[in-house]
Parts: sequence; C-alpha cells; structure tokens
Amino acid sequence: MPDATVILDATAIQRALTRIAHEIAERNERSAEVALVGIPVGGDHLAARLAKILAGIWNHAVPVGILDTTMHRDDLDQRIAPTVHPTEIPFDVNGKTIVLVDDVLFSGRTTRAAMDALNDFGRPKKIQLAVLIDRGHRDLPIKADFIGKNVPTSLDEKISLLLTEAGAAADQVILKKK
Amino acid sequence: MSWTKKHLLDIESLTAEEIITVLDTARGFKAVGERAIKKVPALRGKTVVNLFVEPSTRTRISFELAAQRLSADIVNFSADASSFKKGETLKDTALNLQALNADFIIIRHGASGAPHFLSRVLDAHVINAGDGAHEHPTQALLDVFTIRERKGKIAGLNVTILGDILYSRVARSDIWALTKLGAKVTLCGPSTLVPKTFEQMGCRVTHDVDEAIRDADIINLLRIQHERQRKTMFPSIGEYTQLFGLNKARLAKTKPDALIMHPGPINRGVEIDSEIADSGRSVILEQVTNGLAVRMAVLFLVNGGKALAEATAS
Repeated sequence: MPDATVILDATAIQRALTRIAHEIAERNERSAEVALVGIPVGGDHLAARLAKILAGIWNHAVPVGILDTTMHRDDLDQRIAPTVHPTEIPFDVNGKTIVLVDDVLFSGRTTRAAMDALNDFGRPKKIQLAVLIDRGHRDLPIKADFIGKNVPTSLDEKISLLLTEAGAAADQVILKKK
Repeated sequence: MSWTKKHLLDIESLTAEEIITVLDTARGFKAVGERAIKKVPALRGKTVVNLFVEPSTRTRISFELAAQRLSADIVNFSADASSFKKGETLKDTALNLQALNADFIIIRHGASGAPHFLSRVLDAHVINAGDGAHEHPTQALLDVFTIRERKGKIAGLNVTILGDILYSRVARSDIWALTKLGAKVTLCGPSTLVPKTFEQMGCRVTHDVDEAIRDADIINLLRIQHERQRKTMFPSIGEYTQLFGLNKARLAKTKPDALIMHPGPINRGVEIDSEIADSGRSVILEQVTNGLAVRMAVLFLVNGGKALAEATAS
C-alpha cells in the first residue's frame, strides 16, 4: 500500500521495550509485587517480551497474564460483537502492582474496560499502564505510565503492530491511511 | 470472523464459519464461569425473557444463568402458569412481552417453526431453545464445542447418534452442525425411529448398533421421547435396551478413546448403563457446563447482530 509508513522496525521495537522495562523497574522497587497483564491482540505478546527483559533485570521470573476486555466494552450495542479472546490470569492480583500492557493507546476505552475487567479478579494494589504507541485522541481521562513512542496521528489513520509471534515475517509498527 | 445475525433460529441456516465463531466466543465465556466473580457487564440493562411453552428445566436454567452472568435481567414465563391456558395466542403473548421492552426472547415451543414466526413479528432478538421435532440449535453448538474441546477437531471424526432420531430436534441440529464441520455422522436405532430418509441429510443410517459404534470417536445417545410418540414405535423398553442400549459389553468393542455424550435427561438402565454414565468415558456433565458458556456466547453475538441490522437499515 502506497500510504503505509513503517514507524518502528524490529530494532526500534526491541529498544523501546527495553527502555519501558527499565522504567518499570525504576518505578517499582518491590519487584516481587509486579505482574504484567497484556491486552490481546498485540499487548499479550508485548507483555511476554517485557516479562523476559524484566526477569533479566530483576533476576527472578515475572508473572504474566492475558486479559480480554471485550465483555467489558461500552460500545457493544453499536457494533458487531467483537472477537472474544481467552483470559488467563494465573496469579492472585490482590495486593499486586499490575502493569497493563497494550500495543496502541487511542481513545482510552480499552484501558477503562481492562481496569473494570481486572477488578473481577480482585483488588490490585496499583494499576499502571504501558503502551508501545500513544497516538493521542483520548475520549477519557487516561494517561499511560510508560510509552514506547508518541505518534501524533489524524483520525483517518490506522496503526498496526505486526509481531513474529503472531505470524508476521518481521516485527513492525505501520501507520497508514484508512 | 464475525457474526451478523440478529437471531439464532436454527443450525441449518448457519455457515461453518458462523458455527466456529460461536465456539471460539464460547471459549472465552467458559473461563468467566471459572472465576470467583462469574459475571461480566456485556448485557447490562438488557431484558431477557425465557418463554417456555413446553416444559424444560436444564435448558431454561442454563439460559437463565447465562443471561445473569452477562448482567442481563431475566424473567421466566412458563406455559402452565400463563395466559396460554386462557387462550391467548403465541403472537399476542410475545407482543405483550415485547411491550415490556424485552430485548431477547428465548423460546421453547412444541410447534416446529414457532421461533421463526416470532422473529418475523417481533423486534426483539429471538433464540430457539427447541421447537417441536425441528431444531435445538444451542444443544448442537454445545455438543460440537464439547467434541472440539476434547478431540481438538471435528472434521474427519466418526460421530454416531444412537436412539430416537425421528422425534429428536437435537439429532437434526447435531446432524447439521456436525456435517457442516466435516464430521462423518452415523445414525442408529430401531428402523421405526431411524428412517432411511435421513440419508438425505448426508448421514449413514444403520440399524446394527455394534457396527454403528465400532469405529465411532463419539457416541451420542438420545433419550426415547415418549411424550412425542403418538403410537408405540417399538415393542418394549426392555427390548430397546437389549437391542440398542449402551452396556459394558458393547462399550468394550468400541475405540478405547470414544467419548459418550447425552443431551440429558438420561434414563439410567434404558439407553445407557448406569456405570457408563458415571465413567471417565462420559462427558455428559461437561456438556452441561459447556452449554452455559455457549448460551452466553449466543446472547453476546446476537446482541451485536442487531447493531448491524440497524446500521444497514439507516
């Protein structure tokens, strides 16, 4: 497609994740309390990558979960039913610092749904938000704690994250006109 | 992968992709039932009516819990305590329920086609919970969900449905779902209850039970539906059990990993030996658990189907 621009390549994605991991480590001194929860599609793979980097920094394994937010969305009446992905939270969230991991922060509605969904599993001590891309245009008062790259966009643009875990040939973040 | 239908009336009109969409969606909802908080807000503020003109316990309770776990409000409407006794027609009853702003009508009715009729006269989503001897779509969906979960696939499996096929809406829905997903379906039972005409639906028909179950990966047993038979279709229950009941001797001659299914309620000692029903080969109770997840998925998906209908209309 002619209007597609690569805004992050594989090296840049890896560098951004490494920096985010160090920022998470810097912010959270009690490493044993931290768990990562990825939002599919995209955030789940990023959470797994961040956990691997954090394990290297902290010298212990970091729990990782997957949280589907579709059942908590606020637009279910206005669209075809979204694809429901399995949720797996293989640890107790009570008292933990949960870092939500998403690929792109846009309206903030997914983050709101994720915070609601997380509440069904218990009461985390803190919830933080890590995103690879912040593209602006928030509908809700939500702000990310850790950002890979700020990308000013217009509403008719679309950002896609391609990862090798999801079958892509190479890791890429692509910006294109709808 | 998306679902664009406003109602769930039958399996016959679904594509294989639509069936798979329900199964994939149900996987996510099954996990909800395993949490401490078994409730999600997906249908918050919606009203669901269980309109059961024919008696049922497990399907009604399953839909009731499914609606509640999606945060919808649900009312039960049963034939014996209702205005049907006073002569109100189905259409008038349904319009009255709609006048209360019901968003979903789940209907079980003795007449084939009753859900289709309601879908034409109502704005609400209509879900078929069993119509006469026609279809019972959510039962078929939970059956294929259970098979896929246990066997990892549907295509290429040998599925034998054993028992009262003629009067069974479960059998018809199962046959549609299984053949659409590529399973090889064999029907078996007394010739009066398993006529050769079913071969037109793409099944193999046999009256020799040992041959029917020998190569089966799944043995789905159906109850003899005394209430639907106008005359006796076979000499006696005892003879049926002897000729077609699943007992240990027969089971010993099947594949060691063949699974036993039954939509319930089971008649122990008639179509199934009591010990087999309780054995590790039986997935009968898993079917009940999966039924709840599948019904949550169906409610969730048809809710989105309405949004599409309105979007295309405007």
